[in-house]
Amino acid sequence: MHPQNLVAPVLGLLLAPLLVGVINRTKALVAGRRGPPLVQPYRDAWKLFRRGAVYGEVTTALVRLGPVLNLATLIMAMLVVPFPGTGAAISFTGDLVVLVGLFALGRFSTVLAALDTGSSFEGMGASREVYFAALAEPALLIALATLTRVTHATDLAAIYGAIVIDTWSHALPALALVGVSFLVLELVENSRIPVDDPTTHLELTMIHEVMVLDHTGPDLGLIQYGAALKLWVIGTLLIGLAPLHGVDPWVAGVAGLSGMAVLAVVIGMIESAMARYRMTTVPQFIVGAATLSAVAFIVLLV
Amino acid sequence: MPGLLATIHVVGLLTCFALLGTSRIGACIRFLALQGVLFSLVPVITHDDGLTLRVLLLAGANVALKGMIFPAVLLHLRARAGFHREVEPYIGFVASILFGIVALAVSLGLARELHPALSRAPFAMLEAAIFLISIGLFLIVSRRNALIQVIGYLVMENGIFVFGAITVVETPLLVEFGILLDAFVAVFVMGIAIFHISREFGMADADRLNTLRG
Repeated sequence: MHPQNLVAPVLGLLLAPLLVGVINRTKALVAGRRGPPLVQPYRDAWKLFRRGAVYGEVTTALVRLGPVLNLATLIMAMLVVPFPGTGAAISFTGDLVVLVGLFALGRFSTVLAALDTGSSFEGMGASREVYFAALAEPALLIALATLTRVTHATDLAAIYGAIVIDTWSHALPALALVGVSFLVLELVENSRIPVDDPTTHLELTMIHEVMVLDHTGPDLGLIQYGAALKLWVIGTLLIGLAPLHGVDPWVAGVAGLSGMAVLAVVIGMIESAMARYRMTTVPQFIVGAATLSAVAFIVLLV
Repeated sequence: MPGLLATIHVVGLLTCFALLGTSRIGACIRFLALQGVLFSLVPVITHDDGLTLRVLLLAGANVALKGMIFPAVLLHLRARAGFHREVEPYIGFVASILFGIVALAVSLGLARELHPALSRAPFAMLEAAIFLISIGLFLIVSRRNALIQVIGYLVMENGIFVFGAITVVETPLLVEFGILLDAFVAVFVMGIAIFHISREFGMADADRLNTLRG
């Protein structure tokens, strides 16, 4: 492990909440409001961390474990995924499967914590979350498998290191499809608007948010910070597709960071322009993403 | 021009998945138009001995028919007959898309088997042709609305057209135009039939035809 490869994860840990701030600001601007300041997510986190936590009488240690484990998996994921301009902090053969597994473990801990509260609403949210995740996970795996096939590498650092302009020119359709698939997954995995509304106030229509209703204080802060990290990690998967390998690391890093900012603005625009899908349409949307990955994979076999 | 062919291949495959996953008939008709225009360009690209008048004429007639006339007829029919605007599948959209993925894999396998015998044909187009035919058949059997069944028939026709364009070296112009004319007449006859069905029953539900059994 090279020390300079730790720069990107540390930067991610610091800047991830800013991504949420940019999304909220974009949505506000499009709606004609001034919107919260960009650092609002940091202020919220600070506010929540200073508070005490309230736990229900029926809960066990699982409720306390959930947010911590979720955050730990996301920090691990951040170490595995390379950022433009640097390598991954940890890299080994097959780490892309570990990445998917880390997401699954984080989700599992959140779901367990939700079920542990004994609230029927949270059970409903957990059921939906797992249903949609079961559809989104193959999409992510097939997309990563497609990248493996394009670059003939089996760890994320090598895969993203091998994407150069030449790769794009000979595998344009496959890479473009994988890119769109990652964008859809960014919306699905982070409960953004066409799938789930992070700001909704109606428990019956919630997917992810309803699972964390009973978390308070520092726990809620950890969950919100974890959500920002997840946005960052999947965003990195998408931004990394840009052929920045071989460019000066500083230039690539700055390009990557501006790419993340642009991605946040794009997500804000999508959220402003689209309405939430009906709950029955959401699986179609996610299976659509899986289809894009599968078509990308099959096109490569031709 | 392999890049152009690859683009047509991918976008063409995606229109098939869009047809499988869309519930609105209007959107389906537009996807069909896009698909028709895309695959009409195949003979122009794959032709070995340059652009002859014959190839251009065939592609032009195809674009005009599949890109403009068929969609216009179908959209007109949808407006006139006052259908439900939804496709009304027997098999749900998610299951349909999953079928599409399986069909794509199977067409890939079949194309692998066929390719040695038809080595002149571009492999991607061979696969696309088999895929289009299977998706067309699937749309016909899995949808209740008669209009989407016509769309399924036209998807199948696209597949057969691509198959012919890449495998048969020299077809007389007369035969190719004859096939186009057949498709044209078929769409008209089906259109008139659907119009009568929908006027009789107030809907274009193919299931209702069972009540005609004497």
